[in-house]
Amino acid sequence: MATSPYDVAVVGAGPAGLAAAAAALAGGARVALIDAGRQPGGQYWRHRPGDLGAVADLHHDLRTFRALVAGAAGAVTFPGHHVWTMSGSAADGFVVRSVAGDDPRGTAELAARSLVLAPGAYDRQVPFRSWDLPGVYTAGGAQALLKGNEVLVGRRVVVGGTGPFLLPVAAGLAARGARVVGVYEANGPAGWARHAGAVARVAAKLTEGAGYAAALARHRVPFHARQAVVAAHGDDVVEAVTVAKLDHEWRVVPGSERVVECDAVAVGWGFTPQLELPLALGVGTRVDADGSLVVEVDEHQRTTVPGVYVAGEACGVGGAALAVAEGEIAGTAAATATTGAGPAAVPARLRRRRRALRRFAAAMHAVHPVRDGWQTWLGDDTLVCRCEEVTAGEVRAAVEDLGATDPRTAKLLSRAGMGWCQGRVCGYATACLTASACGSAVSALDLQGVSERPIAAPISLGRLAGDAGHTGQQ
Amino acid sequence: MPTDAADVVVIGAGVVGAATAWYAARSGRSVTVVDRGSVAGGTTGAGEGNILVSDKPPGAELDLARLSSGLWRELAVEVGGFEYDPKGGLVVASTPAGFDALVALAAEQSAAGIETVVVPAGGLAEHEPHLTPSLAGGVLYPGDAQVQPMLAAARLLRAARAKGARVRTGVEVTGFLRSGDRVTGVRTSAGDLPASTVVNAAGTWGGEIASLAGVDVPVLPRRGFILVTEPLPRIVRHKVYAAEYVADVASDDADLQTSPVIEGTEAGTILIGASRERVGYDRTLSVRVLRALAAQAVALFPVLAGVQVIRTYRGFRPYCPDHLPVIGPDPRAPGLYHACGHEGAGIGLAAATGRLIAQLVDGERPDLDVAPFRPERFGPEVAA
Repeated sequence: MATSPYDVAVVGAGPAGLAAAAAALAGGARVALIDAGRQPGGQYWRHRPGDLGAVADLHHDLRTFRALVAGAAGAVTFPGHHVWTMSGSAADGFVVRSVAGDDPRGTAELAARSLVLAPGAYDRQVPFRSWDLPGVYTAGGAQALLKGNEVLVGRRVVVGGTGPFLLPVAAGLAARGARVVGVYEANGPAGWARHAGAVARVAAKLTEGAGYAAALARHRVPFHARQAVVAAHGDDVVEAVTVAKLDHEWRVVPGSERVVECDAVAVGWGFTPQLELPLALGVGTRVDADGSLVVEVDEHQRTTVPGVYVAGEACGVGGAALAVAEGEIAGTAAATATTGAGPAAVPARLRRRRRALRRFAAAMHAVHPVRDGWQTWLGDDTLVCRCEEVTAGEVRAAVEDLGATDPRTAKLLSRAGMGWCQGRVCGYATACLTASACGSAVSALDLQGVSERPIAAPISLGRLAGDAGHTGQQ
Repeated sequence: MPTDAADVVVIGAGVVGAATAWYAARSGRSVTVVDRGSVAGGTTGAGEGNILVSDKPPGAELDLARLSSGLWRELAVEVGGFEYDPKGGLVVASTPAGFDALVALAAEQSAAGIETVVVPAGGLAEHEPHLTPSLAGGVLYPGDAQVQPMLAAARLLRAARAKGARVRTGVEVTGFLRSGDRVTGVRTSAGDLPASTVVNAAGTWGGEIASLAGVDVPVLPRRGFILVTEPLPRIVRHKVYAAEYVADVASDDADLQTSPVIEGTEAGTILIGASRERVGYDRTLSVRVLRALAAQAVALFPVLAGVQVIRTYRGFRPYCPDHLPVIGPDPRAPGLYHACGHEGAGIGLAAATGRLIAQLVDGERPDLDVAPFRPERFGPEVAA
């Protein structure tokens, strides 16, 4: 089914991907837009099919979303498609291979002259005692259920972790009738005072934050700074959590532990960019201020691999507004490059906007770090990898007993990250625990070792085999 | 940096280096293992962990495999902790002619002391209920086993450490210390390590180590991919592979060969191989290879069609032109021993290799004549 290649294939239809597709179309390119979701919008603008109105109050900046969807309307879309591998080069063209989630035999293979990757990010997780109990959710998971399915994770919910994202999650739960018994922010919001300059340049963020704070006050949701959920309790489901005050290194302040009853917990510790696709193409990476592995990009959102652009969280977690700006820059650059023209200068408006939003993101990372002290909350029997049921003690033993000196080896010796989720949940924790046991800091190479997934999405053997007849473009 | 001389420096913390370190340390030698990477970070970490007697025709390699499979059985008790599973192998043929050839091979192997059980078509389901019914027959090899290869290497190294061995990862060998022709240690990125004996257990990179010592040992990479499925209740009981696999292993063709090799693991995942390509150290994912592996797996076990692949990994088997490993002292560089070039059988043959090297270093009579594996066999005097 060899068809003539698209000028630009955009992977991901969240804020960055939609903006990239719209910009590439505006630049005259033939665009394919591939996304795992049935609806465009990604995690940020997640909604039920055709039913954005019902959750409009939970969303932010829907005007931008509608404008981007309209702008991207000229793209050939592949909704519900999970990209499992991609290959190629700017010289020979790229091939993107995907499986369609709903169709047992559905696969797609499309050729493109350039790629804009906007894979986004997912909740960064830090293990704690009994976090494998039903009723323990990620903050993003709780938010997705609310926005996508209008489902509350519980009636009495504890929200914890760190970062500004906890606020909309708590506000959304409260708005839909859950009793949010507390927001436990492991860092101190006072840290923002030191970054007043960065915040002042992004007035919208300030308004947004103030809005959530007002909503929490209206619903009488208590906000506890420098406290964290350090353990969950319950027989078959979560029935309570232990919260505790933290010192500067995030060790529990002795005697400060309190048990709080709840029927659900939503925790988030920032975000982990989804890097398997960029890494499969061999792009250069670096460790960002928040400790995440991110893709290195230049002024035009170009990676170190010609023809491959990355926008949004994958080149540094910074939120939807930054993702939109980066997507527009990437889409424009990809379109100009493939339609023959050299890259024009990035318009000053976008450059300024991106700079201000990146400064805001840097401030956010500085105010909301994840400190190593979380490792002291864990017992040796605390699960780190829930898929393969590997404990913190077993990860440490892989280092201390079996000689692992990097997280990839620790993973292969302990099976942490070898199960269904392939380390998406526990990769960060495994890297941190391994580095601590080795007495070193987590390096880019360490993170790469737990981020590479040559098969980026599961594919059945039947689908893989069934494809054998047509190899398509070389 | 430490300059205390070891009796033995082993280059390579893969399974062969680990087994060598274990047997040498056990016989009282002071041992230092160096590796530029991590424990089991090379070919060992990319293998399936096979300990096979089924895939070799009678000859020197089968003798080595027999010795090794017995030693692994001992190691599983003496060291343990590496998921040793004596599950047996089932080789199947799809055509009557293929079955006849397989039965003839089994008869020869049987004469060489290998336990074989001929299974007619009607009997296959009893051993592997999910096999396609369209096969012509097979041969069961109860002596085939499997280990988790990285754990095997790590556990052997740990046991060697308990006997005084030192393991230094992240240390790269950059040259050799010499006294005349004699090798008297290695130069490394972390300083010199004097030793009366140096063992080259660098696997696929064994040729490069040999050249640092000024000798030629022709070890080259042969790429292979393995598909890993989601964890499942055990539906594949043995290591099951097609009779063509034996021919592929021995093939001199540079092009891609694939033949189905399918087995379940203790963790519940099913491993699917095997492909062979000579493409140097190219790590690029080959969709063509993955497709071929999947198609062959589904043909053998139709039930796998709906099973999800969640991971793939690739590695580089170290092969020599005659497909035999290189084991023994190098007369061209006294003091240097080689233990590399095991192609796809390195895990299985590691125990015997380590044991033989330790015996040779000790001046003992080895359990097996190592002449067929001598490192200088490729030299100009052989070729001439």
